[in-house]
Amino acid sequence: MIRKLTDCCSIEDIPGGDKKFRFSGRLDRKSVPAIIEAALKSMHANPPSKVTADLSGVSYLDDFGVLALERIREAAAESQASFALEGLGAKAKEILALFRFDERKKREAAKRRRKPGLMVGVGRATIDQLLDLRFQVAFVGSVLLCCLHLMLHPRSLRWEDTLESMKKTGADALPIVALIGFLLGLIMAFMSSVQLKQFGANIYVASLVALAMVRELGPIITAIIVAGRSGSAFASEIAAMKISDEVDALYTMGFDVTRFLVAPKIIAALLVVPILSIFANLFAILGGLTVGVLMLDLTAGAYMDQTFKSFTAFDFWFGLFKSAFFALVIAWMGCLRGFQARGGAEAVGKATTSAVVSSIFLIILWDSIFAVIIQYWG
Amino acid sequence: MSEHTLIKVYNLTAGYGEQAILEKVSFEVYREEIFAILGGSGCGKSTLLKHMTGLIPPISGTVTVCGVDVHQSDQDSYRRFLRNIGILYQSGGLISSMTLAENVALPIKEYTPLKEEEINYLVEMKLEQVDLKGFEHHLPSEISGGMKKRAGLARAMALNPDILFFDEPTAGLDPITSAEIDELIIKINRSLGTTMVIVTHELQSIFRLAKRVIMLDKMVKGIIAEGNPHYLRDHSGNPAVRNFFNRISTSHNATHESRS
Ligand SMILES: Nc1ncnc2c1ncn2[C@@H]1O[C@H](COP(=O)(O)OP(=O)(O)OP(=O)(O)O)[C@@H](O)[C@H]1O
Ligand SMILES: [Mg+2]
Repeated sequence: MIRKLTDCCSIEDIPGGDKKFRFSGRLDRKSVPAIIEAALKSMHANPPSKVTADLSGVSYLDDFGVLALERIREAAAESQASFALEGLGAKAKEILALFRFDERKKREAAKRRRKPGLMVGVGRATIDQLLDLRFQVAFVGSVLLCCLHLMLHPRSLRWEDTLESMKKTGADALPIVALIGFLLGLIMAFMSSVQLKQFGANIYVASLVALAMVRELGPIITAIIVAGRSGSAFASEIAAMKISDEVDALYTMGFDVTRFLVAPKIIAALLVVPILSIFANLFAILGGLTVGVLMLDLTAGAYMDQTFKSFTAFDFWFGLFKSAFFALVIAWMGCLRGFQARGGAEAVGKATTSAVVSSIFLIILWDSIFAVIIQYWG
Repeated sequence: MSEHTLIKVYNLTAGYGEQAILEKVSFEVYREEIFAILGGSGCGKSTLLKHMTGLIPPISGTVTVCGVDVHQSDQDSYRRFLRNIGILYQSGGLISSMTLAENVALPIKEYTPLKEEEINYLVEMKLEQVDLKGFEHHLPSEISGGMKKRAGLARAMALNPDILFFDEPTAGLDPITSAEIDELIIKINRSLGTTMVIVTHELQSIFRLAKRVIMLDKMVKGIIAEGNPHYLRDHSGNPAVRNFFNRISTSHNATHESRS
């Protein structure tokens, strides 16, 4: 009795528990999945004692076809049945040899990557952290050496790169910094005026905006914007160069990689971020002034008077210092994460994310530390 | 003649944007043959390959595969075309976030309803073919340049397509591995009847593999020779072509002479 299983495969049940698969036509990726399913089903339904596969009608066979034969052979082995091939043409023999069908008598299970246990995981994470720390220390060292060298030989800095970096980090960021500063001032003035109005203390809106911006928010907001815009750009640029062997190429050409890639970025950031934060402050004060004049019946003169009375020179310089410090953190983290990238394209993405996250975290952390120091010092 | 033609490139002017790299190129690739595209570095071999697979629209001219114009066809037929070809890119083109096994499994998973276990078996066979057994779970960044090439080869062949395009399959491999790859290409071509279009400048590969070649030239911006490589080596009227093919013979002669 012959039954048709699929277009390319039929099965003959020979009395006595034998099965004979007759294949015909093309055994390729289109026909094979159906064949495997049907063949295995029929073999599970009533396990044979002897299985033969007849390939005499096959016009095309590739590794998908070999897979079908292999599955049938496996199923036969499961039910202790013997397996034989029939009707092999020269071509079929060649293909079976090409895909080493005969050597594959017993198929070894695919070795999977074992999931590491908890202890192994903890150990690996610790080692990774230590290696990261070592890398950071080495990086600090090389940057310091580089700074020393630059102080002695200022000409060896790549000035064009530095100017380019200054433009990208500073001038290009000005519109967004100004806009956010302005809106921040507007919001702060508006929100505080709701409270201060009740005491008739409208004029202190000016103090609040000015002091908050100059001491805290100006540097922080600027730093966060720069981290997002330029920290990420530093990281992705260096990471992309790292994974495509460009960094190694520079190194073997005898360049000091730190001086070539890192110094221009750090110096550019150090110079422009404080300036950006001054702009953020100015625009925030402008935002506060807009609310004060339009909604709180203050005169522009009185508002500006109050503004300059409310913070000291120390506050101003301290804000600038923090800005410069944050700039260092951003450029630092951007370059460091870039250099740590290894692997393929996705390493660039990882480096970028990690640079932005670490620098924002460090910015907030150091801001708190500065706040505590000032508290006890001042 | 025309029923043997599988790929027909007609009056193709190829390039990027307005800038033409190749001008008015016409040739045909026949069914089940191994066809090689030769030429010096930067003469537009990879560019031609990208046009033949429809990745870049031509400035003018047509590329027809199995009677379907690759550049004018609608989405569906272009997708069907892509399923029937395999491409090995010059730099491998492996997905860097996936292991070699996952890379090879990718097209099989997408286009067949096979089960995980069966796909693993196929992947194992493919990687064994290119001698990468044991590297299933490595990422592309963890293997050598030549191994990337071989893994790319395994992935290009994953679905046993009708046409395989290879951009320098053996460049950067040692002579023994490259001979093995050539051997594999010949075996696949003979046993599965796959048409192969190969870009290469390895002379040994050319003589081993190709029955027919075209040679491109940067200055001419087109084809300067077409035909059997052995014939071109000995009888081409163009000295540039003879020189290209004879590099290997002269070095052979030199070693013979120095030995005797
Ligand atoms: N994306 C691109 N945009 C513009 N021009 C390109 C682009 N890619 C390549 N070219 C130009 O096309 C020309 C041919 O490049 P192609 O990559 O095709 O050369 P090739 O023959 O494959 O060389 P090789 O043997 O070195 O791989 C080169 O002159 C190159 O400048
Ligand atoms: Mg190329």
